[in-house]
Amino acid sequence: MKKYIAYLSIGIFFGIIMFKSEAASWFRIYEMFRFNSFHMYGIIGSALALGIIGVQWIKIKDVKALGGREMQLNKKQPSIPRYLIGGILFGLGWALAGACPGPMYVLIGSGYPAIILVVFGALVGTFVYGLFRDKLPH
Amino acid sequence: MNWIYEPWPWYVAGPLIALTMFLLLFMGKQFGMSANLRTKCAALGAGKAADFFKFNWKDERWNLMIVIGAIIGGFLASNYLTNTTNNKVAISLETITELQEDYGLKSAGDSYLPKELFDTAQLTDIKVLSLLLIGGFLVGFGARYAGGCTSGHAISGLSNLQLPSLIAVIGFFIGGLLMINLLFPLIF
Repeated sequence: MKKYIAYLSIGIFFGIIMFKSEAASWFRIYEMFRFNSFHMYGIIGSALALGIIGVQWIKIKDVKALGGREMQLNKKQPSIPRYLIGGILFGLGWALAGACPGPMYVLIGSGYPAIILVVFGALVGTFVYGLFRDKLPH
Repeated sequence: MNWIYEPWPWYVAGPLIALTMFLLLFMGKQFGMSANLRTKCAALGAGKAADFFKFNWKDERWNLMIVIGAIIGGFLASNYLTNTTNNKVAISLETITELQEDYGLKSAGDSYLPKELFDTAQLTDIKVLSLLLIGGFLVGFGARYAGGCTSGHAISGLSNLQLPSLIAVIGFFIGGLLMINLLFPLIF
């Protein structure tokens, strides 16, 4: 139970950041793909810079997760078509809906019921991927 | 403490996103916001249709807690951590002019999401309805195909210097640039 409250709190924290930084705004995504503002690049870039430093530190010092477990820093399976094609399809949707999976949920809470259609579409997309997974190049 | 009610600058938001990733790592989990969609499909019984959804979704309940948290976070931020009533976004003048003049999105610069697409009243418009559904579909399909989304690849994967994540992020940008710069003039 304690654990679930911890995850819930991390979710709330993340939701507030997404909304307040305007990363959940359709307009900011449009602007990013038009190179009209540094804002989104600053957010992703600074998160990434600190992320790289922190992850390298974890690896060098062999820092463990709570309870002495290994950190979930798994290697991803090598492939090009999977990441490139999947990535392009995701990018098309990200720009059209103006929301990636995190902000979608944030926007439900912010009072935009129409976003539920986007979440529903994403669920269907996930399901259809599961159906055709074996037939797609990976 | 007044800054908290203003839009947060990138140099506040970025480090806090990194912190979110590290909190999850210390909890023994990986930061990624799209895997929960697979969990939901599994919980809804999709395992009967495809092996991809045959797993014990209850092990992934933590992911659903994050989602519920994100919804609550969005509610709190938009209602209690803001000065204005319309939560307008400070996009550049250039962007506002483009959206208003080229695409007729008059709400640009005056709201958080374009009213022309996300106002509940617009849902009677079959075009708007389709765009939202197709956008969502591509996000869900693409994220699972690529094995992650913005958080899983652009933040988690790249932080761990994973080449697959770099390929995925390049794909995200190819797709995004195509949509906004080539397809938008055809759609809107």
